Amino acid sequence: MILFWLIVIPLVAGILAWVAGHHRPLAARWIALIAVSLDFALTLSLWARNFHGGWHTWFEQLDWAWIPSFGIHFHLAIDGLSLLLLLLTFFLGILSVLASWTEITEATGFFHLNLLWILAGIAGVFLAVDLFLFYFAWELMLVPMYFLIAIWGHENRTYAAIKFFIFTQLSGLLMLLAILALYFLHHAATGIYTFEYEQLLNTPLAPGVAMWIMLGFFVAFAVKLPVVLLHTWLPDAHTEAPTAGSVILAGLLLKTGAYGMLRFVLPLFPDSAHRFAPIAMALGVAGILYGAILAFGQTDLKRLVAYTSVSHLGFVLAGIFAWNDLALQGAVMTMICHGISTGALFILVGALQQRTHTREMERMGGLWTVVPRMSGAALFFALASLGLPGLGDFVGEFLVLLGLYRVNILLAILATLGVLAATFYALRLVQRAFHGPETHGWQIADLVPREGLVMAVMILALLWLGLYPKPVLDTFQPVMARLEQPLPGR
Amino acid sequence: MIVSAADLLAILPLLILAATAVVVMLCTAVKRNHLLAVILSVVGLSAAFASLWAVIPVTPRQVTPMLVIDGYTVFYLGLILAASIAVVLLAYGYFEKCESDPEELYILLLIATLGSAVLVASSHFVSLFLGLELLSVSLYAMIAYLPGRPLPVEAGLKYLVLAAASAAFLLFGMALVYAALGTMNFARIGTLLAGGAMDHTLVLPGMALIVTGLGFKLAVVPFHLWTPDVYQGAPAPVTAYIATVSKGAVFALLLRFFYHTGAHLFEPMFIVFSIIAIASMFAGNILALLQSNVKRILAYSSIAHLGYLLVAFQAGGDLGPLAVTFYLVAYFVTTLGAFGVVTVLSDGSGDAEELEMYRGLFWRRPALAAVFTAMLLSLAGIPVTAGFLGKFYILAAGASSAQWALIVILVVTSAIGLYYYLRIVVALYSRPAGEPATPAEASPRLASLAPAGSVVLVILTIALVWFGTYPAPLLDVIRRALA
Repeated sequence: MILFWLIVIPLVAGILAWVAGHHRPLAARWIALIAVSLDFALTLSLWARNFHGGWHTWFEQLDWAWIPSFGIHFHLAIDGLSLLLLLLTFFLGILSVLASWTEITEATGFFHLNLLWILAGIAGVFLAVDLFLFYFAWELMLVPMYFLIAIWGHENRTYAAIKFFIFTQLSGLLMLLAILALYFLHHAATGIYTFEYEQLLNTPLAPGVAMWIMLGFFVAFAVKLPVVLLHTWLPDAHTEAPTAGSVILAGLLLKTGAYGMLRFVLPLFPDSAHRFAPIAMALGVAGILYGAILAFGQTDLKRLVAYTSVSHLGFVLAGIFAWNDLALQGAVMTMICHGISTGALFILVGALQQRTHTREMERMGGLWTVVPRMSGAALFFALASLGLPGLGDFVGEFLVLLGLYRVNILLAILATLGVLAATFYALRLVQRAFHGPETHGWQIADLVPREGLVMAVMILALLWLGLYPKPVLDTFQPVMARLEQPLPGR
Repeated sequence: MIVSAADLLAILPLLILAATAVVVMLCTAVKRNHLLAVILSVVGLSAAFASLWAVIPVTPRQVTPMLVIDGYTVFYLGLILAASIAVVLLAYGYFEKCESDPEELYILLLIATLGSAVLVASSHFVSLFLGLELLSVSLYAMIAYLPGRPLPVEAGLKYLVLAAASAAFLLFGMALVYAALGTMNFARIGTLLAGGAMDHTLVLPGMALIVTGLGFKLAVVPFHLWTPDVYQGAPAPVTAYIATVSKGAVFALLLRFFYHTGAHLFEPMFIVFSIIAIASMFAGNILALLQSNVKRILAYSSIAHLGYLLVAFQAGGDLGPLAVTFYLVAYFVTTLGAFGVVTVLSDGSGDAEELEMYRGLFWRRPALAAVFTAMLLSLAGIPVTAGFLGKFYILAAGASSAQWALIVILVVTSAIGLYYYLRIVVALYSRPAGEPATPAEASPRLASLAPAGSVVLVILTIALVWFGTYPAPLLDVIRRALA
């Protein structure tokens, strides 16, 4: 039942926040904060209760018949991987609510409704083990995200919101076709109509057909991830979204794509995915370099951070399809740490924009003397982003590189160049915005205690992940080990 | 021919409808009273709806060679009657604000509903044509009901000319089939066709002409040209009626006719239907992109939706009829809701049809904007709404019969279609620049909402979410009706 509450609490709290926020905006903020904190606490309790193993199995489940005539179940289940991503979801959820505390002043109740419903949708994605339910949740998180960008976004919000929506919706529909194809092929093979993940796992498929179905899934996840060529919605959406929207987009929505690859593409279609792996890895490495180079060329702070996401998620894609223990561990580590470090950068940029009303680096410079605490935090997260040893991102990217080297040396070398490029863009960000002489005469407030607390928590989290990642690794590693088991019939 | 008591019971809903039309007419002749006409119509329609439960025990039953009352008929009767009640309630608030005498509209609406009821029950060319003409002739007058405005009259005339022409096509097609096969009974035609009568020279042209005639009513490409003008010109509640009851009844008939006769299984017909479906999906979705009038956008979107329905129709099998029926229910709820919002926002001076009138609606009337958003998302097929499950069943039906080309086109065109639905949604939520923080009284156009209309909208929204999240009960009903 606990899994059910994880999804229902934000849904109900969202409606409460909308109603309450009509007259008292502050009430909406508190309702949202309490609801997400409650979910975070519930997830933590799940982690604590099962701390000593059993992560590779579904250690908590819920299975209700939903549309029996189609074999559709409301089936939620959680293993180590889902658990960690849920923790990340609610952790960033709390921080998003806090980051929007003073930024959002219009229609506060409706804002928090959307925020909470996105979180519910993401939780649904990470928990669903019925493919229909998965698709349902996958689409569910889309609409409130669209509203978040379209209503509370910046100058070019309408364009960005529509682009985001159409990209994800079209790719999602292709995935739906792939799911349906799998569903009917499974029925043809076994005589059972089911959307159950565990049952579909062993569907016998002709190689050519499997490749097409795999591509249907891959495209949907690749748009979210984003894989280079399908990424063009990302810079617009990230840049135009309000702070909370950017944090959730970068920290969580992109991770649903990576999660989909890990949970569905590799286990459901091992043979096709193996054959497709070189292309996917090459796309990942292309993303690393492309994202890094474009990030270097940006003058808009938010766009810069957005392009770093393309680069970091390239590591995730390459790591997933390198498909060995090190690379997979690295990919998941990168997913988690990128969520925190990029989320923090977006919060900082958002706070800066709220104060200066600009995102142009040209109009900043020398802010270190004006806002030392903010600048220090920015330096920290920029360093995390470039992969400084001792911080979480380093662990992830290093493991990916090690794993990739075993599979393809050339790609590993190219990916390493991406790490080098990260140094350039991260340091350029810090230099342009915060170092140098203070020539613009900014008179702005430094981090207030609320923001300081947010930053401190995120810094601690990254340090913990960088210095003592063992509990986290132990939690998802059994799940990854299951992925690497030799395929049946080989 | 002897008509037994059970026969009369079976056609009780039709009898109640006819009687109600007469009663409303007599009352209006004695004294004009808008509210009384509405109450009598709603009572009559509700009584007809309630009588369906009395009908169920005697189904299936052939009443005269013309009408068949089975589970399928009863289900579609229920759908049509419920939609008519919604339209009457919406029309009350709408015509209350208009200058002309509205009472006769309800008489026409009841007769049109009777025509639709005959259509869904017909198993014979004669009843088909009778039903269709009852429906069409009433619609001519309903569309042109506000003679003080230029657009309704133009739209009414347009509809009259094209519908009359299409009826001629239909009649000619029936005549050809009759000349070739010597029967007008659907089931008998099916037996003959299965026996190889499709090879007869006259049958295929006849079928093609029938498809043409019905295609006009359904407004599928290339018979769609009247749609945007009529949708725009007709008073909003009448548009809602055309979009739902009229099209729904004709589609129900199409389904019955072709599934009984099996004519669509023959290669040429299959190709014809595929082309119509593909062209409708493309034309509807692409032409809607160019519009800035909400009623016209919805008109083109309805063309696309009929295309989707044809995909499920083509799929056939076990899932096809189920998908069509579920999609029609979702489409009824959604379309009534969308035009319901247009209706309650309209007033005596004209319909709220320009996209500009919807700009910033969320900041003035959040609830109404939320309802409209839900309807648009349902048209776009986004989860939690009935439209999503409808689209899912259509895709499932298509996938189960391996119609990959059709469903891939469906997916691509519906992604194109997203853009214009989102354009309306964007307008609803865009912040009105420079307006005061509390502009509730800023726009008198949107001041008064009829309570009846609001109740209908609330019920439709609840139905939309209910069918979109827990469709199992509805699916059970549909399965039993189709069995």
